[in-house]
Amino acid sequence: MSAGLTRIFANLVIRDIRIAYNLGGSGGDAQGGFLLPVLFFITVAILYPFSVGPDAPLLQRTGTGIIWVAAILSAILPIDRLISPDRNAGFYDQYAVRGISEELIMLAKIVSHWCASGPPLLLASLTAIAVMDIPNTEIPIVLTGLLLATPGLSGLAVMIAAMIASMRTGNALAGLLFLPLAIPMLIFGAGSIRPGGENGLLLLASISLLLTAISPFAAAAALRAGRE
Amino acid sequence: MGEANAKNKSATDDAAILLRCAKLACMRGDRLLFRGLDMQLASGELLHLSGPNGVGKSSLLRLMAGLLPVFSGEYMAHETLALCDGQLPLDHDLPLDKALDYWQKFDGTSKAQRAGIFAALGLDELSDVPVRIFSTGQRKRAALAMTALQGAKIWLLDEPGNGLDIASQTGLATLMSEHCQKGGAIIFASHLPLPEPTGGYPLSVKCSALDLQEFAG
Repeated sequence: MSAGLTRIFANLVIRDIRIAYNLGGSGGDAQGGFLLPVLFFITVAILYPFSVGPDAPLLQRTGTGIIWVAAILSAILPIDRLISPDRNAGFYDQYAVRGISEELIMLAKIVSHWCASGPPLLLASLTAIAVMDIPNTEIPIVLTGLLLATPGLSGLAVMIAAMIASMRTGNALAGLLFLPLAIPMLIFGAGSIRPGGENGLLLLASISLLLTAISPFAAAAALRAGRE
Repeated sequence: MGEANAKNKSATDDAAILLRCAKLACMRGDRLLFRGLDMQLASGELLHLSGPNGVGKSSLLRLMAGLLPVFSGEYMAHETLALCDGQLPLDHDLPLDKALDYWQKFDGTSKAQRAGIFAALGLDELSDVPVRIFSTGQRKRAALAMTALQGAKIWLLDEPGNGLDIASQTGLATLMSEHCQKGGAIIFASHLPLPEPTGGYPLSVKCSALDLQEFAG
């Protein structure tokens, strides 16, 4: 292992971002993975007014809640593609043979997954905000909340992905494992909109930070345990 | 691998020994695959690891690569290892050339080495072909090129001849012979006979054999 840690980290992150945004490649099964969750998120946001009717006050009052639910549900979609394709192709074995630590690999995975999911989600939430006609005063709170939550969601997604990577029926479990752990972020994120709820953002930030901090270690342990 | 390396820097009694097993046993699930395995691999040695299917050849190589735990006994590797198993960890959407770049960035090996390896394995005309449309034999050759380009001292090759045509088998044998002459060592796990380079192996390559069946648990 002659490359420095920074170079290894950059190499890992750049590859994952390239795959997620399908840059410089010619298509493949894991390509362009960033688009699906975003389209799902926008679809949910557009479906909601259809189901409750064009009741502007109701949409304004409940819209942020739906945006948060859609954001968390859309974060489940990419989980099954985060770790298992590379694991099955033998990438993680080759990293291990080269003495690259799983923690570093998982941290790189979280960073690259955030780069491929956070900014697109924030952009897409502008569409959702317009559809729900969210009041101007609440828009910065919604966007800040989503910005704070996305690193935690990325960490959680990578952690769950590493846990289910060695299971045959893991995909069905992904949502079940993911949602309970995402509930605190949902509560504080959606709750920060209510009058006097601004401190919810601080709690949201702390939970997101906690998840981001523990997930590289948990994911690395899961990856090692799943090696056979 | 890291642990094994650190443990042994001081305890090298014979500088030419690259890898050593003592009373090694390997367990997969609740099945004991082999036990009491004593062996060592010297610089310049080409070891043909044979035995019937399921005897634990692949498990032994994975254990040596640090991917499986030692069940009992001792195992130490004093040098860097490269593992070539049935998988091809290259980005399938990229042409071979670019896909190999990814691993060379980790290994810090130069692109100049590629010419000889590509020529031996007949990969020159494939270098700008996307990996996803490779045939079985071409995938195997790409995996072998990846192993050779890693620049590791010890090569662990798991059934490397599978799916290779005659010309590529000879090319592989040439690469192996060159690697051993440069002071490297190879464990060639296969139930098939060892391929020979044109003109046979030179005397400086110590060809040896080990039948894992003798240690079956």
